[in-house]
Amino acid sequence: MKSTIQDLEKTASQIRRDIVRMVHGCQSGHPGGSLGCTDFFTALYFEAMNHDPKFNMDGIGEDLFFLSNGHISPVFYSTLAHAGYYDKAELATFRKLNTRLQGHPTTHEHLPGVRIASGSLGQGLSVAIGAALAKKLNGDKSLVYTLHGDGELQEGQIWEAAMFAPHNKVDNLISTIDVNGQQIDGPTNLVLSLGDLHAKWVAFGWDVLEMKGNDMADVVKTLELAKSRTGQGKPIMILMHTEMGYGVDFMVGSHKWHGVAPNDEQLKLALAQLEETLGDY
Amino acid sequence: MKKYTYTDKKDTRSGFGAGLLEAGRKNDQVVALCADLIGSLKMNDFIKEFPERFVQVGIAEANMMCIAAGMTIGGKIPFTGTFANFSTGRVFDQIRQSIAYSNKNVKVCASHAGLTLGEDGATHQILEDIGMMKMLPGMTVINPCDYNQTKAATMAIAEYEGPVYLRFGRPVVPIFTDPDQKFEIGKAWMVNEGADVSIFATGHLVWEAILAGEKLAEEGIDAEIINIHTIKPLDAEAVLKSVAKTGCVVTAEEHNRLGGLGDSIAQLLAVNNPTPQEFVAVNDSFGESGTPEQLMTKYGLDAEHIVLAVKKVIERKNKNA
Repeated sequence: MKSTIQDLEKTASQIRRDIVRMVHGCQSGHPGGSLGCTDFFTALYFEAMNHDPKFNMDGIGEDLFFLSNGHISPVFYSTLAHAGYYDKAELATFRKLNTRLQGHPTTHEHLPGVRIASGSLGQGLSVAIGAALAKKLNGDKSLVYTLHGDGELQEGQIWEAAMFAPHNKVDNLISTIDVNGQQIDGPTNLVLSLGDLHAKWVAFGWDVLEMKGNDMADVVKTLELAKSRTGQGKPIMILMHTEMGYGVDFMVGSHKWHGVAPNDEQLKLALAQLEETLGDY
Repeated sequence: MKKYTYTDKKDTRSGFGAGLLEAGRKNDQVVALCADLIGSLKMNDFIKEFPERFVQVGIAEANMMCIAAGMTIGGKIPFTGTFANFSTGRVFDQIRQSIAYSNKNVKVCASHAGLTLGEDGATHQILEDIGMMKMLPGMTVINPCDYNQTKAATMAIAEYEGPVYLRFGRPVVPIFTDPDQKFEIGKAWMVNEGADVSIFATGHLVWEAILAGEKLAEEGIDAEIINIHTIKPLDAEAVLKSVAKTGCVVTAEEHNRLGGLGDSIAQLLAVNNPTPQEFVAVNDSFGESGTPEQLMTKYGLDAEHIVLAVKKVIERKNKNA
């Protein structure tokens, strides 16, 4: 391991504090899903992936990550800053005029670490498949990772990609779904049920794993397991069970915090809770 | 009027197939993707020679566009192929976000554009694609006129860095351009120099404009005919130079009159040199079933309608004089 679990948790704690500050700073954005996925981003960028902050768009010879549910950009931006892609001070510009940190990630502003625009949902899995196919053509043994939201699975294009990847043995791809059960209009099982996700992805021909997405040790262990199962003819799908808003009590598990910014009082409370809950090490 | 002749007729989509094969031979980063229309897109020769560089995505155009975008991230130059309707309207959001906004080096190649898919009817035709694609910032839009020019354009876009929409069709049309031509993106092609009217035509309508020019010459009207194969970026210099000389304009395209080449020219002229203009295009309607020839006549996209438009616009010019 490059880092201890405690080191990773410390980084995750810093990223969570960034998330609430960023969303508070512009009074818009999506804190809930960002906080829920922080452990995954931390484990991915500080443990699992072989990547280079001296950013090159083609990314030949390094692992690539594609964020499909672009609205959780705060966790993506903060992770990239902590990983050395750009100065952490830039996080204060999130969603403000003339920023590279647009509301949803874009390549248009040439932000290092971002290889595709995302926000309109359902496209990221297809993009990742394309990048994985290019790696195979290039004889490049590195891997491609993705993250999607569970509500995002309501987009039909996801299922076009779900069919394509196993048929074409795209086995250098580790995809992840943030299963938090929430979307803007309420619990996912009330808006449009997703059914038995594990059975569905298996039926499409994927190698399916599950993990506790807010348990750093389990995230690290599962990502390692997923890596060990690449190159065996099947794409890998990880169902990552998280709590929306993890780390901030008053946000946890509520779809209301999908896309709402904390006010001044709530920011203070959130930062105090993050320190108390996760520790400042 | 300069004399144009032809000995052969071919579909422009076959020019695409031939160009794709040549582009693939020239550059091993060129890859092709298709949504269950290999034969229609004439991709067979490419697939035969480069099977490992072909991706069959099935009937899943949205997936195809985004896979193509992803492949550019490994340095590939993807050419996607399906009907123009499914290459644009069906996947506008995918092209907008993952290709144009992301500035990916994808070549969206669209066959059976316009009305001339014929008997299949409006569901498989499209008259809005140029408008949709030209509205995307950074997107280059190309609509070549014959087999040779489509082949040359296909090879040229492989060497151009950036997203491109390449539009071509199914019906056989005269081959009247040079087989060894150099295709310059964004550079209009002077078909015939003239003094009385500027005819700016694109795609299949360029040949109709030539036929119209011959008829007009018989009546003493000296038409300047310019092939606007690249609709975006528009060769503003060539358009303005021609209009400064002739003082009136006819645009001709197999597209809805809203949003196509005619609109682009009108907008340019409105700002720089307001000029009488007539539009030979489909008058804001869907198509229908019929043979390509029947449809071109019914929707007013033939030489005869270009002649009528020229006479009308010259009359307006003279009235203003």
